[in-house]
Amino acid sequence: MIEAIIGVVLMAAGVGFIVIAGLGVARLTDVFERMHSATKAGGIGSTLVILGVLTAGGLARPLTGLLTIAFMLLTLSVASQLLARAAYISGAELRGIDRGDPLADVLESDRPTRSDPR
Amino acid sequence: MNGIAVAAAPILIAVLVVPLALAAYRMIRGPSHADRFVALDMLTAVSVALSALTALATGRRAFLDIGMGIALVNFVATCAFATLLERKSGGRK
Repeated sequence: MIEAIIGVVLMAAGVGFIVIAGLGVARLTDVFERMHSATKAGGIGSTLVILGVLTAGGLARPLTGLLTIAFMLLTLSVASQLLARAAYISGAELRGIDRGDPLADVLESDRPTRSDPR
Repeated sequence: MNGIAVAAAPILIAVLVVPLALAAYRMIRGPSHADRFVALDMLTAVSVALSALTALATGRRAFLDIGMGIALVNFVATCAFATLLERKSGGRK
Protein backbone atom coordinates (compact mmCIF):
# COMPACT_ATOMS: atom_id res chain seq x y z
CA MET A 1 0.00 0.00 0.00
CA ILE A 2 2.69 2.45 0.95
CA GLU A 3 4.65 1.69 -2.18
CA ALA A 4 1.57 2.35 -4.30
CA ILE A 5 1.22 5.79 -2.73
CA ILE A 6 4.92 6.53 -3.21
CA GLY A 7 4.63 5.37 -6.81
CA VAL A 8 1.62 7.60 -7.48
CA VAL A 9 3.44 10.59 -5.98
CA LEU A 10 6.53 9.92 -8.12
CA MET A 11 4.43 9.47 -11.26
CA ALA A 12 2.45 12.66 -10.62
CA ALA A 13 5.67 14.61 -10.05
CA GLY A 14 7.12 13.24 -13.27
CA VAL A 15 4.01 14.11 -15.26
CA GLY A 16 4.12 17.61 -13.76
CA PHE A 17 7.73 18.01 -14.87
CA ILE A 18 6.83 16.85 -18.37
CA VAL A 19 3.91 19.30 -18.56
CA ILE A 20 6.24 22.13 -17.51
CA ALA A 21 8.76 20.99 -20.11
CA GLY A 22 6.05 21.04 -22.78
CA LEU A 23 5.03 24.55 -21.75
CA GLY A 24 8.64 25.62 -22.02
CA VAL A 25 9.04 24.06 -25.45
CA ALA A 26 5.95 25.87 -26.68
CA ARG A 27 6.48 29.23 -25.01
CA LEU A 28 10.19 30.07 -24.72
CA THR A 29 11.76 32.39 -27.24
CA ASP A 30 14.94 30.72 -28.39
CA VAL A 31 16.12 27.37 -29.73
CA PHE A 32 18.54 27.00 -26.84
CA GLU A 33 15.99 27.91 -24.21
CA ARG A 34 13.56 25.40 -25.69
CA MET A 35 16.28 22.77 -25.69
CA HIS A 36 17.11 23.55 -22.07
CA SER A 37 13.48 23.05 -21.13
CA ALA A 38 12.93 19.90 -23.17
CA THR A 39 16.12 18.10 -22.20
CA LYS A 40 16.37 18.76 -18.49
CA ALA A 41 12.76 18.86 -17.42
CA GLY A 42 11.66 16.20 -19.90
CA GLY A 43 14.45 13.86 -18.88
CA ILE A 44 13.83 14.19 -15.17
CA GLY A 45 10.08 13.82 -15.78
CA SER A 46 10.48 10.57 -17.70
CA THR A 47 12.91 9.29 -15.06
CA LEU A 48 10.45 10.04 -12.26
CA VAL A 49 7.58 8.40 -14.14
CA ILE A 50 9.57 5.21 -14.74
CA LEU A 51 10.68 5.15 -11.09
CA GLY A 52 7.08 5.56 -9.98
CA VAL A 53 5.90 2.77 -12.25
CA LEU A 54 8.63 0.47 -10.93
CA THR A 55 7.76 1.36 -7.35
CA ALA A 56 4.02 0.91 -7.76
CA GLY A 57 4.14 -2.16 -9.97
CA GLY A 58 6.31 -4.22 -7.68
CA LEU A 59 10.06 -4.53 -7.77
CA ALA A 60 10.17 -8.07 -9.09
CA ARG A 61 12.09 -7.45 -12.30
CA PRO A 62 13.12 -3.80 -12.41
CA LEU A 63 16.06 -4.30 -14.73
CA THR A 64 14.55 -2.87 -17.91
CA GLY A 65 13.24 0.22 -16.21
CA LEU A 66 16.50 0.88 -14.41
CA LEU A 67 18.43 0.38 -17.64
CA THR A 68 16.14 2.86 -19.37
CA ILE A 69 16.70 5.41 -16.61
CA ALA A 70 20.48 4.96 -16.72
CA PHE A 71 20.53 5.18 -20.48
CA MET A 72 18.40 8.31 -20.57
CA LEU A 73 20.45 10.06 -17.90
CA LEU A 74 23.66 9.16 -19.72
CA THR A 75 22.62 10.05 -23.25
CA LEU A 76 20.27 13.04 -22.94
CA SER A 77 23.12 15.39 -22.05
CA VAL A 78 25.30 14.14 -24.90
CA ALA A 79 22.46 14.39 -27.40
CA SER A 80 21.48 17.89 -26.31
CA GLN A 81 25.12 19.01 -26.46
CA LEU A 82 25.39 17.72 -30.04
CA LEU A 83 22.09 19.32 -31.02
CA ALA A 84 22.97 22.67 -29.44
CA ARG A 85 26.29 22.75 -31.25
CA ALA A 86 24.61 21.92 -34.55
CA ALA A 87 21.94 24.57 -33.96
CA TYR A 88 24.56 27.18 -33.19
CA ILE A 89 26.62 26.35 -36.25
CA SER A 90 23.56 26.37 -38.46
CA GLY A 91 22.92 29.95 -37.43
CA ALA A 92 20.22 29.86 -34.77
CA GLU A 93 19.37 33.17 -33.16
CA LEU A 94 20.46 33.90 -29.62
CA ARG A 95 17.47 35.88 -28.51
CA GLY A 96 17.57 35.03 -24.83
CA ILE A 97 20.98 36.62 -24.28
CA ASP A 98 21.12 40.37 -24.60
CA ARG A 99 24.90 40.68 -24.38
CA GLY A 100 25.75 39.62 -27.89
CA ASP A 101 27.23 36.32 -28.89
CA PRO A 102 29.48 34.77 -26.26
CA LEU A 103 30.59 31.99 -28.57
CA ALA A 104 31.64 34.24 -31.43
CA ASP A 105 35.32 33.39 -31.19
CA VAL A 106 34.93 29.84 -29.99
CA LEU A 107 33.00 28.37 -32.89
CA GLU A 108 33.92 30.59 -35.79
CA SER A 109 31.74 30.95 -38.83
CA ASP A 110 32.46 29.08 -42.02
CA ARG A 111 34.26 26.38 -40.18
CA PRO A 112 35.32 23.65 -42.60
CA THR A 113 33.19 20.56 -42.41
CA ARG A 114 34.97 17.30 -41.93
CA SER A 115 34.44 16.16 -45.46
CA ASP A 116 38.07 15.64 -46.43
CA PRO A 117 38.74 11.94 -46.76
CA ARG A 118 41.73 10.54 -45.05
CA MET B 1 -2.85 -4.01 -3.45
CA ASN B 2 -1.65 -1.39 -5.87
CA GLY B 3 -5.11 -0.46 -7.08
CA ILE B 4 -4.52 3.23 -6.51
CA ALA B 5 -1.57 3.30 -8.89
CA VAL B 6 -3.39 1.29 -11.56
CA ALA B 7 -6.35 3.64 -11.26
CA ALA B 8 -4.14 6.72 -11.39
CA ALA B 9 -2.24 5.66 -14.50
CA PRO B 10 -5.01 6.41 -17.08
CA ILE B 11 -5.56 9.84 -15.55
CA LEU B 12 -1.86 10.61 -15.85
CA ILE B 13 -1.91 9.35 -19.43
CA ALA B 14 -4.73 11.77 -20.15
CA VAL B 15 -2.73 14.61 -18.58
CA LEU B 16 0.25 13.72 -20.78
CA VAL B 17 -1.76 14.64 -23.87
CA VAL B 18 -1.12 18.31 -23.01
CA PRO B 19 2.71 18.25 -23.43
CA LEU B 20 2.22 16.03 -26.46
CA ALA B 21 0.05 18.72 -28.04
CA LEU B 22 2.51 21.46 -27.07
CA ALA B 23 5.42 19.56 -28.63
CA ALA B 24 3.36 18.97 -31.76
CA TYR B 25 2.61 22.69 -31.89
CA ARG B 26 6.33 23.45 -31.73
CA MET B 27 7.08 20.85 -34.36
CA ILE B 28 4.53 22.30 -36.78
CA ARG B 29 5.24 25.95 -36.00
CA GLY B 30 8.99 25.82 -35.32
CA PRO B 31 10.84 28.39 -37.42
CA SER B 32 14.01 26.38 -37.93
CA HIS B 33 14.97 22.75 -38.19
CA ALA B 34 16.60 22.87 -34.76
CA ASP B 35 13.23 23.74 -33.20
CA ARG B 36 11.73 20.67 -34.77
CA PHE B 37 14.50 18.47 -33.44
CA VAL B 38 13.96 19.89 -29.98
CA ALA B 39 10.27 19.08 -30.35
CA LEU B 40 11.25 15.55 -31.32
CA ASP B 41 13.26 15.25 -28.09
CA MET B 42 10.22 16.42 -26.17
CA LEU B 43 7.99 13.92 -27.98
CA THR B 44 10.39 11.16 -27.02
CA ALA B 45 10.35 12.09 -23.35
CA VAL B 46 6.55 12.13 -23.41
CA SER B 47 6.31 8.80 -25.18
CA VAL B 48 8.74 7.07 -22.80
CA ALA B 49 6.59 8.23 -19.91
CA LEU B 50 3.44 7.15 -21.81
CA SER B 51 4.80 3.65 -22.38
CA ALA B 52 5.80 3.28 -18.73
CA LEU B 53 2.33 4.38 -17.62
CA THR B 54 0.74 2.00 -20.11
CA ALA B 55 2.81 -0.83 -18.66
CA LEU B 56 1.33 -0.05 -15.27
CA ALA B 57 -2.23 0.45 -16.53
CA THR B 58 -2.42 -2.74 -18.56
CA GLY B 59 -0.14 -4.92 -16.47
CA ARG B 60 2.03 -5.89 -19.44
CA ARG B 61 5.69 -5.46 -18.66
CA ALA B 62 6.62 -5.45 -22.34
CA PHE B 63 5.71 -1.76 -22.53
CA LEU B 64 8.76 -0.98 -20.41
CA ASP B 65 10.86 -2.61 -23.14
CA ILE B 66 9.09 -0.38 -25.66
CA GLY B 67 10.07 2.66 -23.60
CA MET B 68 13.67 1.55 -23.59
CA GLY B 69 13.54 1.06 -27.36
CA ILE B 70 12.16 4.57 -27.82
CA ALA B 71 14.96 6.01 -25.68
CA LEU B 72 17.59 4.13 -27.69
CA VAL B 73 16.15 5.25 -31.02
CA ASN B 74 15.94 8.83 -29.78
CA PHE B 75 19.65 8.99 -28.97
CA VAL B 76 20.72 7.70 -32.37
CA ALA B 77 18.18 9.90 -34.15
CA THR B 78 19.29 13.04 -32.33
CA CYS B 79 22.95 12.35 -33.10
CA ALA B 80 22.12 11.73 -36.77
CA PHE B 81 19.97 14.86 -37.00
CA ALA B 82 22.65 16.97 -35.34
CA THR B 83 25.27 15.73 -37.79
CA LEU B 84 22.92 16.39 -40.69
CA LEU B 85 22.15 19.90 -39.48
CA GLU B 86 25.83 20.65 -38.99
CA ARG B 87 26.76 19.46 -42.47
CA LYS B 88 23.84 20.98 -44.36
CA SER B 89 24.20 24.44 -42.90
CA GLY B 90 26.31 27.00 -44.65
CA GLY B 91 27.94 28.24 -41.48
CA ARG B 92 26.96 30.95 -39.05
CA LYS B 93 26.32 34.39 -40.46
